[in-house]
Amino acid sequence: MSFATGLICRECGSTYAAEARYACDYCFGPLEVAYDLDAARGAVTRKSIQEGPASIWRYGDLLPDPGLEPVDLGAGWTPLRRATRLAEVLGVKELWLKDDTRNPTGSFKDRVVSVALSSARRLGFTTAACASTGNLATSVAAHAASIGWPSVSIIPADLEKSKIAMAAIFGGTVLGVEGNYDDVNRLCVELLGEHPDWAFANINLRSYYAEGSKTLAFEIAEQLGWRTPDQVIVPLASGSQFTKIAKGFQQFIDLELVDGTAPTLFGAQATGCSPIATAFTDGAEYITPQRPNTIARSLAIGNPADAPYVLDELRRGGGDCGSVADEEILECIELLARTEGIFAETAGGVTIASLRQLLERGSIDREKSIVAIISGHGLKTLDAVVETATVTATISPSLESAEAALSQHFLAAAS
Amino acid sequence: MSVVVRLPSQLRSLVGGAGEIPVEATTVREAIWAVEEGHPGLAARVLDDQGSLRRFVNVFVADEDVRFLDGLDTLVAPGQTVSLVPAVAGG
Repeated sequence: MSFATGLICRECGSTYAAEARYACDYCFGPLEVAYDLDAARGAVTRKSIQEGPASIWRYGDLLPDPGLEPVDLGAGWTPLRRATRLAEVLGVKELWLKDDTRNPTGSFKDRVVSVALSSARRLGFTTAACASTGNLATSVAAHAASIGWPSVSIIPADLEKSKIAMAAIFGGTVLGVEGNYDDVNRLCVELLGEHPDWAFANINLRSYYAEGSKTLAFEIAEQLGWRTPDQVIVPLASGSQFTKIAKGFQQFIDLELVDGTAPTLFGAQATGCSPIATAFTDGAEYITPQRPNTIARSLAIGNPADAPYVLDELRRGGGDCGSVADEEILECIELLARTEGIFAETAGGVTIASLRQLLERGSIDREKSIVAIISGHGLKTLDAVVETATVTATISPSLESAEAALSQHFLAAAS
Repeated sequence: MSVVVRLPSQLRSLVGGAGEIPVEATTVREAIWAVEEGHPGLAARVLDDQGSLRRFVNVFVADEDVRFLDGLDTLVAPGQTVSLVPAVAGG
């Protein structure tokens, strides 16, 4: 059973029933799901969790709507891999990669969508929708298809072809907007006003949706043997994943399920869309919206909704935020692939490049444990690498031709 | 000249359910206060004690975020729409 009790405004503390509501009626602050942790303490145990399924739903007691049958393609319980080769290159002692490329539709968005649509079903909705930079559209369309719901995904029209195809293949309606994600977002909020019977995963269902990201923290702690890591680096778009990872670790600590204290969280942004990194560096309380211009399209949110809370957490915990150029992003996609065999999308390149930057800056401690969130699969952003990641040589089908090419490229590289 | 203020669902009860309110205004600030005049209570929901925009409210003029323009002083041309949109969305 869920220990969720309803919704509470993060700004002014107003409380609401567990309905489809995302912004406080009074101050427009974000609503989040509240839990009765006193009741959960002792009832939610390591054993009760371990007896659950190998998916996010093993933490159903700490999610809003586990119900009898969640909307579930098997999101979560992705590998937490010790990355010794990458650790050596970066010069750190203990590095772990949370490999969320391994979700049903290839990104962490499956966690949040599974939770959002489960709540949407309980609330009586029958149509799924979202404002997306691509990954969310894919996940919403796939989960909706699996339960026979129509879906409406709204994305920037100029996204990577692979991402558009992945969203469209599930048969939902996909609207490409001539504009950036912030335009899409604003349009969807207005569209919701006209279609209140649609479950927009990241708008009217956002309070529920966001809870799904807590499972990243839950899994990391459980997979480390019920302990918290010292440091976690998280890619930042709206900042929702970051704030909910913080919430997840704190809930496990409050429930006495883990050893250790809350980790220091670090953010990762592309310089071409770095409003949070900029505000953090400038010591500003609010971000200044930015017009995104980066290959990291999944992180290209120029006006991130949860920025105030990300800034609070970065400052409270002694964190920092990376800001990396597109060239570094591409370089670190390769670095990750070549050291650890993981092909990440551009957001993963942002995370690894930011990790490297924050190590060089001395913000991240090389001697303490580090977890990096790899949030999406490289097949989603093939456009970014197809020009450089290509055949080493084109040859005729003859031994002579093969040996000639090998001696020039492979054997030379191996020697 | 007349401009249109478009309200999010959270504010529609203040104005009797309407989604759009036509007002006479030349700036965003004037537009908000013009709605307030006919429908008391709206300004306090959108503006903080100092009269600045609350941090979880976005305002668009002709689909452009006023934070990219002149904020509350952004000029509104006749016939243009001022949209008040909750900021907590997306991502």
